[in-house]
Amino acid sequence: MRSGAWKYWALSAASLLGGGSAWAAPHDGGIDFQAPVTETAKHIHAFHNEVLIIIVAISIFVTALLIWVMVRYNKRANPVPKKFSHNTLVEILWTVIPVLILVWIAKGSFPLLYEQDVLPEQAKEEEIVDIKVYGNMWFWDYTYNVGTDNEFNVESRMLKVGAPDPSLELKPARGDIAQLSVNNPMVAPVGKYIRLKISAKDVIHAWAMPQFMLKVDAMPGRLNQLWFKVDEPGVFYGQCSELCGKDHSNMPIELRIVTEQQYVEWQRLFKESPEAARAYLDQVRPRPAQIASAQ
Amino acid sequence: MSSEPKTAAGHGHDHGHGHGHDHAHDHHDPKWYSPSRWLFSTNHKDIGTLYLMFAMCAGIIGFVFSGFMRAELAEPGLQLFNGTAFGGFFGSEHNYNVITTMHGLIMIFFMVMPALIGGFGNWFVPLMIGAPDMAMPRMNNISFWLLPVSFFLLLLSMFVPGPAGANGFGGGWVLYPPLSGTTGHPGLAMDLVIFSLHLAGMSSILGAINFIVTILNMRAPGMTLHKMPLFAWSVLITAFLLVLALPVLAGALTMLLTDRNFGSKFFEVSGGGDPVMFQHLFWFFGHPEVYIMILPGFGIVSHVISTFSRKPIFGYLAMAYAMVAIGFIGFIVWAHHMYTVGMNVNLKAYFVAATMVIAVPTGVKIFSWIATMWGGSIEFKVPMLWAIGFIFLFTLGGVTGVVLANAGVDHALHDTYYVVAHFHYVLSLGAVFTLFCGWYYWFEKMFGIKYNGFIGGLHFWLMFVGSNLIFFPQHFLGLQGMPRRYVDYAVAFREWHHWSTIGYWIAAAATIVFFIGILEAVVRRRKATESGNPWGEGATTLEWTLSSPPPFHQYNDLPRFK
Repeated sequence: MRSGAWKYWALSAASLLGGGSAWAAPHDGGIDFQAPVTETAKHIHAFHNEVLIIIVAISIFVTALLIWVMVRYNKRANPVPKKFSHNTLVEILWTVIPVLILVWIAKGSFPLLYEQDVLPEQAKEEEIVDIKVYGNMWFWDYTYNVGTDNEFNVESRMLKVGAPDPSLELKPARGDIAQLSVNNPMVAPVGKYIRLKISAKDVIHAWAMPQFMLKVDAMPGRLNQLWFKVDEPGVFYGQCSELCGKDHSNMPIELRIVTEQQYVEWQRLFKESPEAARAYLDQVRPRPAQIASAQ
Repeated sequence: MSSEPKTAAGHGHDHGHGHGHDHAHDHHDPKWYSPSRWLFSTNHKDIGTLYLMFAMCAGIIGFVFSGFMRAELAEPGLQLFNGTAFGGFFGSEHNYNVITTMHGLIMIFFMVMPALIGGFGNWFVPLMIGAPDMAMPRMNNISFWLLPVSFFLLLLSMFVPGPAGANGFGGGWVLYPPLSGTTGHPGLAMDLVIFSLHLAGMSSILGAINFIVTILNMRAPGMTLHKMPLFAWSVLITAFLLVLALPVLAGALTMLLTDRNFGSKFFEVSGGGDPVMFQHLFWFFGHPEVYIMILPGFGIVSHVISTFSRKPIFGYLAMAYAMVAIGFIGFIVWAHHMYTVGMNVNLKAYFVAATMVIAVPTGVKIFSWIATMWGGSIEFKVPMLWAIGFIFLFTLGGVTGVVLANAGVDHALHDTYYVVAHFHYVLSLGAVFTLFCGWYYWFEKMFGIKYNGFIGGLHFWLMFVGSNLIFFPQHFLGLQGMPRRYVDYAVAFREWHHWSTIGYWIAAAATIVFFIGILEAVVRRRKATESGNPWGEGATTLEWTLSSPPPFHQYNDLPRFK
């Protein structure tokens, strides 16, 4: 193992206890969730950490019991086996205690499920932004301002080295990440309730955003919905999460959360020239690699 | 269970030396090299052996396929499936999907199920319940011989057109339309997969009926259900699961077939159909299927733990009914595989609750196994190593199942490597460990020769280290967001993929050691224990009262069971 890996372990262990994480994208050697971004994702992350402590404790308990019986009741230590095969008390205990643990887990789990699935009632109509998402073999397309005169559609395709189409060429110097970066990222405003209407045009795909702890299938013939609200601008990555054929691994999701004003400006630019809009996004919402190279 | 089985002793063929049989049975005891002995076999032990050999061949293929996957994923970028490596032998990214699909289908339908149910079930259910053979021996023959045909169709599908311009079906073992429909795979490959699974399903249903009838009607006098060995219990429950679940798969597959070929629109959106319905039907079969794969293993582990602790199984009735409960609950939790299809939130909440309930009977089993060892006098013979290893690994796989049961968390983990790690811990490390456990436990009984304990132990330790190294890091990958069924991945996922691939090579070494062990045993021909019971007083079930190998036909006078 590289020496750096121990740093990740230590960091991740710290994040486990502290409930936060220092990492904002998948990173080599990482052992925890990517840093949660939305309120709901933070709640789910905290809940997962609680459950993780329980399951680690159970695993250690069972392992300890196994080690104990192997040491104490092996042939040498205990040549004459006992003959009992019942003990009503422990049988009741190991039925009831797991039930209690599960009830406790469920108590935390159900509210989170509803929090995640149901758009909050306090969301006012003007705070909701609808974006339509379609999965295709093998790219995503996003429709903005659905149902208005201003409706327009953006095709989002993965960048790769040596792509036949020069506009799809991966440029690491610009901050592009192989298998994650796209030509036209999805864009959404900060602080709004973003409501995605998700479907697919051919086979099933799935729109996923690990840092929001969200995933929903893009299902032909169905309009699935999910919502999120991000309070800080940023760049986030996800990947198609339902097997959809040959290029399943090559249709990532790149999401830029920008300010309301930048969102409007980006829309205006996009209609003029997608390249200009893209350059504008890189300028207002630089990605980690860009920050690093600028320093 | 604590009652000592008592057999009618003193019959020459109960200590058969190959030629000491009653004259009337001579024509039933053909030489091992006679093709008709195997092709037309109606003998449960021969058919069991056929199943085991078949599962071994299929297992090798499935295991090599997983090696292709691990080699591909050792580094980011395309190593094998790039159209040029090894002269283009591996094909394109599509062929990676074909390999994952085939790996899943082969390991489930042609390795684990034939080995545990067809192999050990056929061999030991009649022996354990004191029956001379299965209730329907000729049906037993057709159950087996459907399988190689089915397997042939599945392998053939890899070489006929699937999607436009490529061969094979690459839609995952779950076969979701529209990818498995004409939209995703217009070619013949998918139709072959459907026919293959139809045949495998028929084979399993016939086998299951045979087990149910045998176990319900042919137990030795005095052996009530509540005195029946746990392995027979586990096969009985498994058989019921098969009979109830497989027809649903067959129905879904038939609908898919008519959608593809005869213009029906069951799952076709353009005609008012719904692809989600296929998923419901599939998982109504698919979830019981995972218990079908693990329950016989539960039975085997119970016997092994009891034998080598020299102590009766703790809480026998609770163990039996825990399996019944697991089997029943298995039918009402299927949609936890589908949390992301866009289900109503209340429906998700139901499936969360129902799924978590499974942990209770499973916990009862884990703790009862430990309680069986508690106070015992444990011998660490090779089968016991596999059994203890199984308890540890199955616990790890079980607790991550509790995490995944929570729909909120599952939204993040669905279709990531966390799920891959989870189900390989319960199947690849769970079911497969029980399989090797049974193999070493009954090796001498089945073949009349002894395995080499050192090689068996080496096999266990290599496998234990290797498979843990393959699958434990995959939890981390999944938490980090690495999706399943990806032929290529972001550089950020490299490290754990790399370790996982190293683990594969260790597991591959283990598999080679396994076959060396068989070869060594066959060459050395160490004579089986004279009494037919190498394990001593802890081994109380009826098969240990017979010679090793048992006579071609056993129990001509039925054993009496107190």
